[in-house]
Amino acid sequence: MSDSARLVVEGLRARVEGKEILNGVDLVVPTGEVHALMGPNGSGKSTLAYTLLGHPNYEVTGGSASFDGTDLLPLAADERARLGMFLCFQYPTSIPGVSVVNFLRAALKAQGKEMPAREFLRTLSAVMGELKIDESFRSRYINDGFSGGEKKRMEILQLALLRPRLAVLDETDSGLDVDALRTVAEGVDRVRGTDMGVLVITHYPRILEYLRPDAVHVLHRGRVVVSGGHDLARRIEADGYDPILGAGAGTAAREGNP
Amino acid sequence: MTMAVTVEAHELTKDYKFGFHDIDVSVFRTEKGLSPEVVAAISAHKNEPEWMLKFRLKALSHFRKRVMPSWGADLSGIDFDNIYYYVKPTEEQSRSWDDVPDSIRQTFDRLGIPEAERKFLAGVSAQYDSEVVYHSIREDLDKLGVLFGDCDTGLRDHPEIFRKYFGTVIPANDNKFAALNSAVWSGGSFVYVPKGVRVDIPLQAYFRINSDNMGQFERTLIIAEEGSYVHYIEGCTAPTYSSDSLHSAVVEIIAHKDAHVRYTTIQNWSNNVYNLVTKRAVAYEGARVEWIDGNLGSKLTMKYPSIYLMGEHAHGEVLSAAFAGEGQHQDAGSKCIHVASNTTSNVVSRSISKGGGRTSYRGHIKVHEKATGVRSSVRCDALLLDEESQSDTYPYMDIDSPDVSIGHEATVSKIGDEQIFYLMSRGLSESDATALIVNGFFEPFVKELPMEYAVELNRLLAVQMEGSVG
Repeated sequence: MSDSARLVVEGLRARVEGKEILNGVDLVVPTGEVHALMGPNGSGKSTLAYTLLGHPNYEVTGGSASFDGTDLLPLAADERARLGMFLCFQYPTSIPGVSVVNFLRAALKAQGKEMPAREFLRTLSAVMGELKIDESFRSRYINDGFSGGEKKRMEILQLALLRPRLAVLDETDSGLDVDALRTVAEGVDRVRGTDMGVLVITHYPRILEYLRPDAVHVLHRGRVVVSGGHDLARRIEADGYDPILGAGAGTAAREGNP
Repeated sequence: MTMAVTVEAHELTKDYKFGFHDIDVSVFRTEKGLSPEVVAAISAHKNEPEWMLKFRLKALSHFRKRVMPSWGADLSGIDFDNIYYYVKPTEEQSRSWDDVPDSIRQTFDRLGIPEAERKFLAGVSAQYDSEVVYHSIREDLDKLGVLFGDCDTGLRDHPEIFRKYFGTVIPANDNKFAALNSAVWSGGSFVYVPKGVRVDIPLQAYFRINSDNMGQFERTLIIAEEGSYVHYIEGCTAPTYSSDSLHSAVVEIIAHKDAHVRYTTIQNWSNNVYNLVTKRAVAYEGARVEWIDGNLGSKLTMKYPSIYLMGEHAHGEVLSAAFAGEGQHQDAGSKCIHVASNTTSNVVSRSISKGGGRTSYRGHIKVHEKATGVRSSVRCDALLLDEESQSDTYPYMDIDSPDVSIGHEATVSKIGDEQIFYLMSRGLSESDATALIVNGFFEPFVKELPMEYAVELNRLLAVQMEGSVG
């Protein structure tokens, strides 16, 4: 199992600003599979995403995480990205003065995926068309003045161009209307091939109807407490977390994502 | 022919690629220090008319009477007695690079000037220490009556225009350093654009200090007649010596009715140069003057490009970018003086400090009592890259008219961890991420530059940013 697996997380513990948030996460996301990570607010979902991607404010206090056999923990965020890991941010930051097109070229170059200018522009146009992103976005500054939906599409645009081997989608579906959700989900579906693993962090099963997860995990108080198939997500939608986690689980959880 | 020898300066230059210097090939220099004799020697060497000698000597006495300005940056390191005030590099001014002595030509080659001239400039002037060693102007502009040469040539060949305007925008007694320049000025540019002529591509002047303990005092006078347009660009570099040099220029611009003058500076002096410059423009009815002022180099810069809006509907624009690294203080800003009604001004300043560097914005907006319908907007943003660095803002408003609309906004921020992480999560190294954010911060300035200069500026910034993150 672990030989072909891409992401292997074992007993991962992490804290942010002195607070223990992850208390021993076990998780395996094999190549080519879509795994969903669900859980009540404050259960540590976004913390897991940031920790896996190497945010310096998230301090690992125990356990291990590897990608394709490489120990992730000593690596800085850029090194993890160059291994093929990608995070679709829940709240992407804006960077005034840096145009989308320059940023995308810089990112491709940094990952050794540079292409000739013409090919780049052609690819960019095609992907932007599929994601229903207006051409004018090229010269706009990164996320500067973007609406919530535009920011999410920008994330998927980067996903499509950078073609990572593992994509972590941190509540990419939140705040999107039905049409935007479909566009985004189809975008993800189009880029995921047999060689990309996807970890979808979500509150809502709707995106899972598009992405058809191979497995669903429920995170609670910093640990994966239940795993199952797609039907687990449907059960959560119907009955909430309480029947799975025990009464009061939802309210006992810490509020607020990082 | 002089054998070309360039000497790589020692490790001080590690981040400054223009820190090399040539061997001294000068043909004449005054003795160190300042005296009426030195001033007279400069004037005599240039065969100047009597009125200019008198002007210089009077300026010298102003300079001696004025105390050192104490309201701003620290000027105590300047030793006026340890400076050469005039160093003449060659006997002749050339119109062909082939005639410029090898070592000097190679310096400008390394700076990319002849190449830039071939590619995208309408005229070039290259000053080396005290004198312009090369200048050229495109033939068609010459035929249209556009004058572009050094100020000495302006005085000699076009005395009627020259004397009418020289020292009228910045009188010799304006401030201590304007007085110093007025006493010992040499070189610089004289630009005259006749009525209705549009100089569609830029004129460029390049200033290079080569000698140790050198003072460069170029003098620039730009006259744009009614309805004309000109874009003048200046660049500057110097070798890195262990002792300090002084650069103290005076730039006067006269923009007549409906004229449009843009003046772009990319100042990249080495970190041992005191850069104390007075720049001022007058804009008559409907005229537009733009100072695009970039300060990357020098030990200390004090420079506040000014615009006197003298006629109705005149517009002034000051767009500046400053970068202060270790040991540097960029004290820059702007002044917009609204004398006439319905005049407008717009000031945008961006500054970055790192490694203990300091940036200061010093601005002055003045609206005269009788000026109505005046609009002015000032926006300054400072970015600090670390805890040791510093930025301060000194805005002065002097509004004597009730009918004005003035906006002022200032921010100081630190580079954001989330921005760095966002870019790193896409594979950019921490230093590339920082450089991209810094470039973005300067974008409002950079996008006003001709493409070649924008590329060069971003490259210079990248050099400045190297090693800025641990």
